[in-house]
Amino acid sequence: MDLSLSTRTVGDRTIVEVGGEIDVYTAPKLREQLVELVNDGSYHLVVDMEGVDFLDSTGLGVLVGGLKRVRAHEGSLRLVCNQERILKIFRITGLTKVFPIHTSVDEAVAATD
Amino acid sequence: MPTVELLFSAQPEHVRTARLVAAAVARRAGVDEAALDEVRLAVGEACSRAVGLHRSNGVEAPVRVMLNEDEKKFSIEVADEVPGNASGSSPDAGADEAADDEGEMGLAVISGLVDDVEVIEGAAGGVIRMSWPTASL
Repeated sequence: MDLSLSTRTVGDRTIVEVGGEIDVYTAPKLREQLVELVNDGSYHLVVDMEGVDFLDSTGLGVLVGGLKRVRAHEGSLRLVCNQERILKIFRITGLTKVFPIHTSVDEAVAATD
Repeated sequence: MPTVELLFSAQPEHVRTARLVAAAVARRAGVDEAALDEVRLAVGEACSRAVGLHRSNGVEAPVRVMLNEDEKKFSIEVADEVPGNASGSSPDAGADEAADDEGEMGLAVISGLVDDVEVIEGAAGGVIRMSWPTASL
């Protein structure tokens, strides 16, 4: 399965809905998408990972890169994920402390901390 | 001789194939269903790292994956042909720093996931060896 990406705007947040597998082959597409959004002035991103079947360290690297970019503009990058198999990789790498992880898009959009 | 041996050219698009094959052989070998996600992720990380090493060092040789089934365990070896890269000793290290960092993150994920893992760096290249217990039938 390949990677699918779609974006929509809710208020000042841009939701990036990701589906499929994020790995060494597909991660560059996600990187391009995040870079493009930031270049176009979207600094508050919510990455919805509910449709993601597989995530590896290359994908984590891209998300960390995205976070770095939005932070340069005092923005935010929030994740939406309920899948234990995906959450596990954030946990073992300590990235649960770096990313705010929400259980729904609504919750992520409402979050302001 | 390994139960299944896979050679693939060092291209990112083939890493998925390696994951699928490893998970299928692991399932057949009797690895617990709950651990198959770990097998998939760990093999993917090891193969991504090997692909990155081959590409950044201009190595044309394929990446080799050996899947071994024995009585009590299922083991996987992923071998690259980049000599002694443990300390990131590639000559143009500057340009490849990002790739190296990703490789290191991959190793961190593997060691977090797999209880029995060994990384061997040799003159002919590196090997990541991992194993999982299999259910006794």
